[in-house]
Amino acid sequence: MTNKFFIREAERTSGGTIDFSAWVVRSVMAISLFFLTTLSWAQPDYKEFSGNIKLDYRYFPNDGLDPRQENSFFSIAFEPEYVLEWNEGKQSLVFKGFGRLDQHDSERTHFDIRELYWQTVADKWELSIGVKKIYWGVTESVHLVDVINQTDIVESFDGEAKLGQPMVHFSYPANWGTLDLFLLPYHRKRIFPGSKGRLGPTIPINDKNPVYESDAENTRPDLAARWSHSVGIFDFGVSHFYGNGREPFLFPGQDATGFTVFYPLMNQTGLDVQITWNAFLWKFEAIRRTTDFQDFNAAAAGLEYTISNVANSGLDIGLLGEYLYDSRDEAAFSSLDNDIFIGSRLAFNDTQSTEILLGGIFDVERSTKFMSIEASRRFGDSWKFNVEARIFEDVDPAEFAYFIRRDSFLQFSIAKYF
Amino acid sequence: MKYLSKTFVLLMLLSFGQAMAQSAEEKGLAVAKEADARDTGFGDTSTKLTMTLTNQHGQTSSRYMSNRTLEVEGDGDKSLIVFDSPRDVKGTATLTYTHKSGTDDQWLFLPALQRVKRISSNNKSGPFMGSEFAYEDLSSQEVEKYTYKYLGEESVNGVNSIKIERYPVDPKSGYTKQIVWYNADNYRQEQAEFYDRKDALLKTLTYGKYKLYLDKYWRAGEMLMVNHQTGKKTLLEFEDYQFATGLADGDFTQNSLKRAR
Repeated sequence: MTNKFFIREAERTSGGTIDFSAWVVRSVMAISLFFLTTLSWAQPDYKEFSGNIKLDYRYFPNDGLDPRQENSFFSIAFEPEYVLEWNEGKQSLVFKGFGRLDQHDSERTHFDIRELYWQTVADKWELSIGVKKIYWGVTESVHLVDVINQTDIVESFDGEAKLGQPMVHFSYPANWGTLDLFLLPYHRKRIFPGSKGRLGPTIPINDKNPVYESDAENTRPDLAARWSHSVGIFDFGVSHFYGNGREPFLFPGQDATGFTVFYPLMNQTGLDVQITWNAFLWKFEAIRRTTDFQDFNAAAAGLEYTISNVANSGLDIGLLGEYLYDSRDEAAFSSLDNDIFIGSRLAFNDTQSTEILLGGIFDVERSTKFMSIEASRRFGDSWKFNVEARIFEDVDPAEFAYFIRRDSFLQFSIAKYF
Repeated sequence: MKYLSKTFVLLMLLSFGQAMAQSAEEKGLAVAKEADARDTGFGDTSTKLTMTLTNQHGQTSSRYMSNRTLEVEGDGDKSLIVFDSPRDVKGTATLTYTHKSGTDDQWLFLPALQRVKRISSNNKSGPFMGSEFAYEDLSSQEVEKYTYKYLGEESVNGVNSIKIERYPVDPKSGYTKQIVWYNADNYRQEQAEFYDRKDALLKTLTYGKYKLYLDKYWRAGEMLMVNHQTGKKTLLEFEDYQFATGLADGDFTQNSLKRAR
């Protein structure tokens, strides 16, 4: 993008976006009104409250790049969930909240409505209105085609935690596959860790006042569609998204305020394929994203092979390998431009569901290595213990991940499910 | 006349001999077919179940889940299992399209990611949810999945039964053979023994608390699997089955997997 354009946009949009909480309150009030009238006569045939509370402790053995960054963090996360179904499950109301209180990081302390939607299921179609999470894709180490929800990057930097996305979602399953259509009327901003937090750039990011290419800013509706189908051993999906980008451009600011966040309008076409053949899962994902400022392609291809019930012990050993490509090279936000992922999943299939995950992502041309080990086990009927180590080694200065080169960490979690 | 009767006797003897020679395998298959035929036409069922795991020290832990099954004409059944507890796996669900021949199609729904993942159905012999039931013990019992041998009639658990041996066709099965006792009156299964790959007795499954539904279909209220090699056992208890609840293909799709409860 040109500087001229950028400055014009920045001036015009200073602090102008509509706040998500205000947007949600308005929407929820409208939806609640509808439900109060509907539910007053409908008799629910399923209702359940569930969720979990989790205590986390994270320790970063290396001091951060910024002296303000802390080394040890306690935090508490909670996830309440409420489901109401009536009319024999043909209609439902789903709520899933999320909140975290972090000892030091003011941005990691956050609350979100992950899901809050009403769904109606007819014989031939389904319609959902509200805040929802949609997952697309097949690969394990990157999630390229998965574009509907904004990434909750303070929650997990691997891109698997997502912010709730307001939408109207129409789904039409037929014998030629399933067609999903989305109208996404509100854009969620990507919020980065705070100044005391870790795993974020040390230069401040003006993430709460981003600049949008669209005049309608965060209220510009996005459109998306996906056709997916399963034929024999093939499962595939073809998708297209048009609207506000989820992944922002970051530009050095005009003054000392740090990075300016810019969301362009983008078109993204995606393809995901999985072939399930005996104990092999062959996976492929590819996207082409075009904006007025940058066009690129990215792809991931790999396989997962499971050796099941090793020596009749119940142990399953999954072996995973993926190649990751991104034509942006070192400009790729994920820093996964020409990398190889190797991983293993050990599932003991015991009463306590003991599992160990091992993984490493290695840059083919550069020295950068990301490694992780994660182990989990249930205690009693409803407690879960989890240990995780993430190691970032020899991160190349050319890559975006150079910011987190000193952020290897160890995490202990204990969760109570109810 | 004399000659004719001699030929007749000879033919009788021949055909009788032939019948004797075929009887073990063919009679076994016939029993399996009869049992299958008696269970054909149920349409669809749904039930909730409790699985109680007991280890060698007598400690127990429980799991709750629901199961929906749709009968598919000319092929294996479709089924959808949703876990309710342990609570950390609540909402996890599997969708299986069983096939009479070839591998089954199976999808797993992971609620935390809202992800539907196609998984390999290769794992036949592994334990289901840490229990003494292997995946193959709980999958749809299609006639084509075994070869058979008739062993005779005997009383088991006080019930007059037909005893047959059956051998899994799939080389990935964890068993060399199973011995199954069918109720001689109504062909429901009363007991089964499972022999491991070394041909040693591994497990015994006992069916109990049978109920008759729609005047035709027997469903066990209890299934107890005892592992003789480890001393562990698993009890499956079924709530009342509901038949013909109007389930259709549309209730066994990836969309329905995502919203299954």
